[in-house]
Amino acid sequence: MSSFREACRAGSFVVTSEVGPPKGTDVRGVLGDIDRLKRHVHAINVTDNQSAVMRMGSLAVSHEVVARGGEPVFQLSCRDRNRLALQNDLLSAHLLGVRNVLCLTGDHPWVGDHKEAKPVYDFDSVHLIQCVRKLNSGVDWVGNALQGATDLFVGAVVAPDADPLEPQLYKFAKKVEAGAEFFQTQAVYDLEAFARFMRRVRELLAGTKVRVLAGLLVLSSAGMARYMNRAVPGIYVPDELVDEMVCETKEDAVETGMRICARHIRRLREEGLCDGVHIMAPGKAALVPRILEMAGLGDLG
Amino acid sequence: MIIAKQKDFADILRMLEGSRRVFIVGCGECATATETGGAPQVLDMKRRLEAEGKEVVGTDVAHSVCQELDLKRLLRLHKEAVERTDVFLVLSCGAGAQSLRDATTARIVAGTDSLFLGNSLRRLDYEEKCSLCGECVIDRFGGVCPVARCSKGLLNGPCGGTDHGMCEVNPNKPCAWTMVYERLKQQGRLDDLKVIHPPKRWDQARRPGRAQWRPERSEESRRVHTRTSACTLPGADEGSDEGSGS
Ligand code: SF4
Ligand code: SF4
Repeated sequence: MSSFREACRAGSFVVTSEVGPPKGTDVRGVLGDIDRLKRHVHAINVTDNQSAVMRMGSLAVSHEVVARGGEPVFQLSCRDRNRLALQNDLLSAHLLGVRNVLCLTGDHPWVGDHKEAKPVYDFDSVHLIQCVRKLNSGVDWVGNALQGATDLFVGAVVAPDADPLEPQLYKFAKKVEAGAEFFQTQAVYDLEAFARFMRRVRELLAGTKVRVLAGLLVLSSAGMARYMNRAVPGIYVPDELVDEMVCETKEDAVETGMRICARHIRRLREEGLCDGVHIMAPGKAALVPRILEMAGLGDLG
Repeated sequence: MIIAKQKDFADILRMLEGSRRVFIVGCGECATATETGGAPQVLDMKRRLEAEGKEVVGTDVAHSVCQELDLKRLLRLHKEAVERTDVFLVLSCGAGAQSLRDATTARIVAGTDSLFLGNSLRRLDYEEKCSLCGECVIDRFGGVCPVARCSKGLLNGPCGGTDHGMCEVNPNKPCAWTMVYERLKQQGRLDDLKVIHPPKRWDQARRPGRAQWRPERSEESRRVHTRTSACTLPGADEGSDEGSGS
């Protein structure tokens, strides 16, 4: 049974973070990150060929999280697998002790490092959620009985800053209907806008136990903030934060990024804006425990 | 129509290497409309090949190259030239190029890259709106096809990458899901967006496609069908004074 699921069900303020599998076979970095995170968060997401850049498998690394006493959220994207391969990986995940899965559409190969690859998208994320629920109930996608069902806590993503937002909310509602039990959002920085978004979401979630974790991507420089505003669809860093990130030294900027993140966690939690946070600090997992400390979440109990 | 793009001339020459006598075939349908393999392009190709020392033994623009029976008849009209042909250079789509296979044992080279089934927005401006998926579902999406027009073929709403209504995969292309949403909103049918649509049934689009609906034909329709549509390219047999060698 997933202890992340337990924490969600118990109504705790849940905390997740994430690691990225290496490009290659040297796992020292990712294993170090797993060890640095595992005692400080409820679960660790393992990304799946993130940004359509080819890497080691998210399932194998999710298994390493299990082996090291942590709890993984296995990210599974529809970009690289048809419906047979998706189900195959989900059954394998169960075998390997993985109990949480995050269903993703997946960035298009064209934005990654294998632009010539054939995109699959046989299922979309809504189908994938439905499919996990079917496997959990003991049948495969087409209704054949399974010898042994999966036991997967199923999550999905939503982009609060999508433009336009309305179609995104309709899709969110479908994901809920399909059986998603938790959501991790795309990185948010504008908490006013996020609060407005969450009011809409709460309406859609009335009567359900679905948990929403706000995605927080730790800023490391003003340049990074400006770059995301310019080049990353669905991420918007307000001007005040960009200004706040302008610092004398790199170290100061990192400290400031951590401080902003911790401040946001505090506010989200104190105002009850969402049910938890998903903290992303690519290549800087060591910062996460310190950020949680600063946010008063040093001990998840 | 089928949108095809002429290959680079250097690539065409490379494909023709080792074959001297060339017969160029154009097409009166899509390739004419898209200006990739109509009469002017066939003529132009003839001149350029001759300038490279190839012997162009014949040229013609078929009424439509993908009508295999018509094409056979057309080649029969050029019997002598066809017999001397080392290689056919076809400036239609890939399907048209393969029509020739039954009519000749000579080499066949497609001089174009076939891109998609396109709507013509205006002259020389085409957009794919249908990818021939085998089971049309646009009634559910305000008449906008997400199978063909969403870069990921998503059936239940947008990915997270929509940016100001444009697609993350191609910032010059509107997000199909923004279009679906706008259209349904305009029609007062936003509730349609609440329905979960099942994944596409790809068994409906097994490839290669084949459809045989031939009814038993009457004698009369048989006669009508034997009309041939060969047309000889004006200027094709004129001297190649402009482009030849020099
Ligand atoms: S649903 Fe299929 S058949 Fe209909 S327009 Fe789209 S691709 Fe073409
Ligand atoms: S941005 Fe829109 S059109 Fe592009 S892949 Fe995403 S949903 Fe499809």
